[in-house]
Amino acid sequence: MAKRYEIRFSGAGGQGLITAGIILAEAAAIIEGKFAAQSQSYGPEARGGASKSEVIISDAPIDYPKATIVDACLAMTQESADKYANGIKPGGVLLLDTDFVKNEPKGDFKIYKMPITRTAKEDLGREIVANVVALGAMIALTGVVSREAGEKAVLAKVPAAFLDLNKKAYNLGFEKIKAQM
Amino acid sequence: MAKKVALIQGNTACALGAVYAGCNFFGGYPITPSTEVAEVLSEELPKVGGKFMQMEDEIAAMASIIGASLAGAKALTATSGPGVSLKQELIGYACIAEVPCVIINVMRGGPSTGMPTGPGQSDVQQAKWGTHGDHATIALVPASIQEIFTETVRAFNLAEKYRMPVQVLFDEIVGHMREPITFPEPGELEIINRTAPTVAPKDYKPYDTSFGDVPPLAAFGSEYRFHVTGLNKAQDGFPTTKAEYVDAEERRQVRKVESPENAAAIESNEEYLCDDAEVVVFAYGSTSRSARYAVNELRKEGIKAGLFRPITLWPFPEKRISALGKQAKAIVVPEMNLGQMILEVERVTKGTCAVAGVNRVDGDPLNPGEIMKKVKEVM
Repeated sequence: MAKRYEIRFSGAGGQGLITAGIILAEAAAIIEGKFAAQSQSYGPEARGGASKSEVIISDAPIDYPKATIVDACLAMTQESADKYANGIKPGGVLLLDTDFVKNEPKGDFKIYKMPITRTAKEDLGREIVANVVALGAMIALTGVVSREAGEKAVLAKVPAAFLDLNKKAYNLGFEKIKAQM
Repeated sequence: MAKKVALIQGNTACALGAVYAGCNFFGGYPITPSTEVAEVLSEELPKVGGKFMQMEDEIAAMASIIGASLAGAKALTATSGPGVSLKQELIGYACIAEVPCVIINVMRGGPSTGMPTGPGQSDVQQAKWGTHGDHATIALVPASIQEIFTETVRAFNLAEKYRMPVQVLFDEIVGHMREPITFPEPGELEIINRTAPTVAPKDYKPYDTSFGDVPPLAAFGSEYRFHVTGLNKAQDGFPTTKAEYVDAEERRQVRKVESPENAAAIESNEEYLCDDAEVVVFAYGSTSRSARYAVNELRKEGIKAGLFRPITLWPFPEKRISALGKQAKAIVVPEMNLGQMILEVERVTKGTCAVAGVNRVDGDPLNPGEIMKKVKEVM
């Protein structure tokens, strides 16, 4: 019986959610040799519209490439938290960026909270790496790929000048969530 | 040496498949959700000595690939539904003038400008009947990133072999999703190039059927001089209205694809758990992935479901669908349109089994649960 794991990154266009999904899929498929499929949906706006990225990771070939019911969900806007909370499996996890999500959705899932965008801005000085902070946190929460594979995939994706910043962002996200678990 | 593996988008796989096939000309006009095909080729074609041209619109793009192909290039354009609509007149021209070329249609919601970032499968009948007049059509519908690569290569092969336009249709979901691909080594996949004339230039006729149903094609601008027109023509390429020429040419151009032997050679299907299936799901493109998931779930519940997945959509797999229609109680046809290929399934099964559609046109993919529900209803 194939083990299928579904993760959704949701929020707004411009928050880097699709990139976060691609990095996770690369960590799983290219670095760890698992089966992975990453898909996305977004509106016609370049920034600001609803955006989501889904990653399916499995030990068998993946037929349906979209989420059915997700094991773990990241919400980086209130709208996405409200919209996708009911798509989480009973006992699953939801990570909220408390800078944008003020009202916690209710349901049979475990909520983790973190000021993701503020962490990127204040601890790292660059808001743009909020998605990498979130990715580190999601990998810590789910263990769907190893910490090392996630870091390797981040570093393989980002421009050379920003390796250190992204490494810090990834590990900060990872550790802040580990401390809550 | 281990083969190269990467996590790439369907559109990127299409562009790289084209380069592998020997494509050396792209003429296009960007449109979501196909733009990445152009984007990648704008970088890749110059590396292999090819030409990339962004044209002023979709019509010019189609004209450019016809011209490039006649001059000897392996030519490609990529667009989405609104662009394919604009290209129809020239697709007909490529059919009658018998110009090999490949047209990629990454399908979005329609009609008209529709839903640029949403997936759809509503151009599948347009692929067959979009341009006017009787004509043969080859259309391929890959369902994964790996298959987009190999089917793009096959599209070029078929275009060159049968001297005609070939369409590759995939929807926004597979166009934009990423999954791992293992790149074939050079030489691993067969590459077919058009047959060049063996006669002397003065004896060359561009539609000379003494060589079979697919006449050799010379490069325009070479020492072979010939006439190309969208009018019905005789074997020398010049317009004619003589009944015997017109009739013979029309029938030949359809026969080269639709004769039983040729259709069988072009056909490509995947059958999954169909041998004992009581209900067969007929699904193509990304919808076939939902269908396979549904079939696996149904089997767990003891329901004998199977999946028939055409990879060549046109010519339609008449023989197999007819046979499955006699074996199964029902065929379920999920589509991201309001029921297009179901018409072919109904036509071919001739009432031997129930045929039911599952349709969605709201920009969300058909999910496995919707297909499972319909299968249970028709059992």
